[in-house]
Amino acid sequence: MQRKTIFWGILGLIALGFPLVVRSPYYQHLVIISLMWVVIGSSWNLLAGYTGQVSFGHAIFFGVGAYTAGLFPTHLGLSAWWGMLAGGIISMLVALFVGWVCFRLRGPYFALATLAGGEIVRLIAINWESLTEGMVGILIIQSFKSKLPYYYIVLILAVASILVIDLIMKSKWGYYFVSIREDQDAAESMGINTTLYKNVSLLVSAFFTGMAGAFYMNYMAFIDPEVVFSLHFISIMAILVGIVGGVATIWGPAVGAFIMVGLQETFRSSLFGLAPKWISQAHALAFGLLVIFVIMYLPNGIVGDWATIKRVFMRTRRSAG
Amino acid sequence: MALLEIKNLTKSFRGLTAVNNVSFEVDEGEIVSLIGPNGAGKTTIFNCINQFFPLTAGDIIFRGKSIKGMKTYKICQLGIGRTFQVVKPLKRMTVLDNVTASSFCRINSIQDARRKAIEVLEFCNLLSEKDKLARSLPIGGRKRLEIARALATEPKLLLLDETAAGLNPSELDEAIDLIRRIRETGVSILMVEHIMKVVMTISDRIHAINFGQTIAEGTPEEVANNKAVIEAYLGEKHA
Repeated sequence: MQRKTIFWGILGLIALGFPLVVRSPYYQHLVIISLMWVVIGSSWNLLAGYTGQVSFGHAIFFGVGAYTAGLFPTHLGLSAWWGMLAGGIISMLVALFVGWVCFRLRGPYFALATLAGGEIVRLIAINWESLTEGMVGILIIQSFKSKLPYYYIVLILAVASILVIDLIMKSKWGYYFVSIREDQDAAESMGINTTLYKNVSLLVSAFFTGMAGAFYMNYMAFIDPEVVFSLHFISIMAILVGIVGGVATIWGPAVGAFIMVGLQETFRSSLFGLAPKWISQAHALAFGLLVIFVIMYLPNGIVGDWATIKRVFMRTRRSAG
Repeated sequence: MALLEIKNLTKSFRGLTAVNNVSFEVDEGEIVSLIGPNGAGKTTIFNCINQFFPLTAGDIIFRGKSIKGMKTYKICQLGIGRTFQVVKPLKRMTVLDNVTASSFCRINSIQDARRKAIEVLEFCNLLSEKDKLARSLPIGGRKRLEIARALATEPKLLLLDETAAGLNPSELDEAIDLIRRIRETGVSILMVEHIMKVVMTISDRIHAINFGQTIAEGTPEEVANNKAVIEAYLGEKHA
């Protein structure tokens, strides 16, 4: 019990003190982006990992959140920070429609429907130029020069999303979500309104993903449809974060977020400038190999299979010594 | 007034009429068995009662109200619990969590739901397995888990779909004892069963069907001696 308290205390101190100690904007940026992915990965995990409704379209909610924030300054003359809450709420409204359409389908058909949904929304954002400025994108002026405010805002968002999801999973809702994942017919005959609770899971997931999107708009100050509605960089990344970290675990997506952002950056910068430039082209290949490795050897992700990982390391250490 | 009334129930799958104009009742506190050869339409009747399938014609009245066209979860909330012939354990949840999840049907707080689940598990002799994952249970345990999950929703009527199939003789006696004890708590039971030892020892009434139609109805002795029933099970020359 006490070891646990110490562990969380140290982790909390690191989280709070990191940007004060590490002053490099580059590393601060990487951690900010990682924390944003903690939010998205955890949200995806609530719907896909716990409720069993695998979404290939989380870019819908991320992009809608980002655009909601972007429209405040461009159309209403208000600060984009209003979009933080509004982005979550508008994402939930969009999620209501997505759920109404896609939850008629089960399993892989649901996944394919969300995949199609993501592409539809991206094309709408490109072509509805009077609202979104189309491919020109939306450019705003950042509120802060320093990265510190952004760091703490996204830290609060990440901690809040994990805490809320943890609370949900320990309540009636959590039991219902997992029952639906395990067997929808059994769940229905246990008195669970499966349609309602799948939508509840989707709405919570969309809310946090939308807030993450709105944060992205505020932080990056520039968005266009190819970035925030991207299948590859948002929808698939959300899945990778969940799978690598561990689906249906509270901390899995958090671990996965740091690993995936770190890996992405390693390749983007050609192993931090140490390797030839062409390496940066290989990041999709590396992601693919990582996913194959994780699915073959750690099907429950790094957090889910932590016991296995520990055992393997203990064994190698013993045989070495 | 009967607890459950099946009135002229008909269910067709395109051209095939699986259940044809079947009517029967289950009274308060009764154990009624539905028997018939394979493919007679027994499970289809269950699936119609809890509305997995929409009815083609007829009506189902539960506690004086028609439940036709209602959603499956609503029917459970009204007080009809069911088990599945092909068991559906929530595999990656513990036995306790399986039952806790269904306790939430009537209870909102987690502590009370867990307490209820432990009560039900004890009743079903599953308490010693409560921390195991449901997928690690053998078939006998899975069948009892099905019953426990249905009981946790506090049904007035329990539909048991071949609970005794695949059990060994000692498990069979346990199952008979469990069904009796369930009835003593005031729950009426409608069961589909092939194992005659179970059917004959605990049923108050038996409803026999073949090819989707009623062929006999009555007490166990009456049905066992009925010509049409013997013919359906053993062929014409034994009748």
